[in-house]
Amino acid sequence: MSLLSVHGLKVAYGGIQAVRGIDIEVAEGELVCLIGANGAGKSSTLKGIMGLAHPRGEVLLAGERLHKLPTHAIAARGLALVPEGRGVFGRLTVAENLDMGAYARRDRAGIQADLARAYDLFPRLAERRAQLAGTLSGGEQQMLAIARALMGRPRLLLLDEPSMGLAPLMVRKIYETIAMIAAEGVTLLLVEQNAHLALKVSQRAYVMESGEITLSGASAELAANPRVRAAYLGE
Amino acid sequence: MDIFTQQLINGLVLGSIYALVALGYTMVYGILELINFAHGEVTMIGAMVALSVIGVLLGASPDLPGLMVVIAGLLVAIPACMALAFGIEKIAYRPLRKAPRLAPLITAIGVSIILQNVAMLVWGRQYVSFPAILPRGQHEILGAHITDLQIAIVVLSLLSMAGLWLLVEKTRLGRAMRATAQSKEVAELMGVNVDRVISYTFIIGAAIAAIAGVMVSAYYGLAHYYMGFMLGLKAFSAAVLGGIGNIAGAMLGGLLLGVIEALGAGYIGDLTGGFLGSHYQDVFAFLVLILVLVFRPSGLLGERVASRA
Ligand SMILES: Nc1ncnc2c1ncn2[C@@H]1O[C@H](COP(=O)(O)OP(=O)(O)OP(=O)(O)O)[C@@H](O)[C@H]1O
Ligand SMILES: [Mg+2]
Repeated sequence: MSLLSVHGLKVAYGGIQAVRGIDIEVAEGELVCLIGANGAGKSSTLKGIMGLAHPRGEVLLAGERLHKLPTHAIAARGLALVPEGRGVFGRLTVAENLDMGAYARRDRAGIQADLARAYDLFPRLAERRAQLAGTLSGGEQQMLAIARALMGRPRLLLLDEPSMGLAPLMVRKIYETIAMIAAEGVTLLLVEQNAHLALKVSQRAYVMESGEITLSGASAELAANPRVRAAYLGE
Repeated sequence: MDIFTQQLINGLVLGSIYALVALGYTMVYGILELINFAHGEVTMIGAMVALSVIGVLLGASPDLPGLMVVIAGLLVAIPACMALAFGIEKIAYRPLRKAPRLAPLITAIGVSIILQNVAMLVWGRQYVSFPAILPRGQHEILGAHITDLQIAIVVLSLLSMAGLWLLVEKTRLGRAMRATAQSKEVAELMGVNVDRVISYTFIIGAAIAAIAGVMVSAYYGLAHYYMGFMLGLKAFSAAVLGGIGNIAGAMLGGLLLGVIEALGAGYIGDLTGGFLGSHYQDVFAFLVLILVLVFRPSGLLGERVASRA
């Protein structure tokens, strides 16, 4: 059984249909990516899964129906979204941001252990733990956003364009981190514009165009598909 | 007697009351960008409820110690105001959460008028006097007088502010409130029940307003269904002076406004050659409001420009 099953997900803003009834499956331990051009509806899909933007359709986590729940309850069930543009709390310190990531948890000992691990994983954040998050560089904010999401011990981590606006070196670092997180067994659904990266790091992929899924399959196969190569890999 | 020191003391006492009321405005603005015009009326209801309780207790047994009677009034007024603010937010503001900004603002004015009228029906048009049951000791410092009541007001205000500060800075709820103030959507993504945090914000502000309402009626020796209007406007001015949305700003703005007002009232006669008397003291709050809005709209400690109200 899939960890995440999305059936007929629709998201609309006023009259604009951003997501037009799509299906997505993510198995436990899998890294799946969703690629597509600007405005294809990728971010809207992730928001819809999290119960933001008044979605319609079904979202199941290990068979449990999430789509009737408010966003905070979905988050508490183990879904974490690192939103486009990172969404760190700029006027909270780095440490307070990480605490917010563990907001739904009550196991103090576990939270402390995960905090130590987060600082291990991102030494940069450890150095800056008392600093306001708004004063971090873009790359550091992206690390903080990912670390904060991990503080919730998510069963499924949704990442929305983690490479956006970052220099190549930082992009590589972020993607090494993502690979590491995946290797630890966290299930991931990754949205990317950068199809090269996304298809390399993921096992399966969905291609989205104008609110619909037009292609899906193993990432290696999609990377070889002439249509994908022409449209998303710039060849 | 030293007029300057005396007015400084009077100003700090009044200012600490303004600061408490200003906190309610600023906390709600910080989270919802809503100017909760009904907050002054919540303060008034706090005073009225406390006075009713005090009246009942004294009626039942006039020999009860005055301080205990007032504390009993306060202990009823606080939950009454909390419940009132909870209801106001839920019924009047929550349905308008996604409406254009003008809608909740006008609703807030409407709620404030409703509360005034309800208070008038329940407690009448007359001034309700605060019975003289509190200790009335007087002390001399630096050539000026300070009463037991004034000391109690300042101390209780400082304690309330310290308590709020700890709550906002050090607790899980406080962190969730600050996160929600920055982004409701991301706070929800962290598992924060934003609706509940907003309710708590109103409730906490109302508890502090109840304390302020009881103190101000004890200080002036009376309460009135209309008292929330001027008190609310001044506290709002104080919040803007400090930087609306900023908690430390509300505290600073309240104290400063109290002092400005008291010194202004003390010297306005001299300054205008006797043309204007001290009953013009209300002018200063609004003079300050206008000057701040013109020259420093973000207030003393504010970061954001408060021009969207
Ligand atoms: N809050 C909103 N209000 C109105 N329209 C929106 C909103 N958010 C997105 N849209 C519209 O929905 C469509 C899909 O947007 P979405 O952000 O999901 O695309 P995307 O695939 O994430 O694009 P990008 O790669 O540029 O981030 C676009 O046409 C966009 O203009
Ligand atoms: Mg997007």
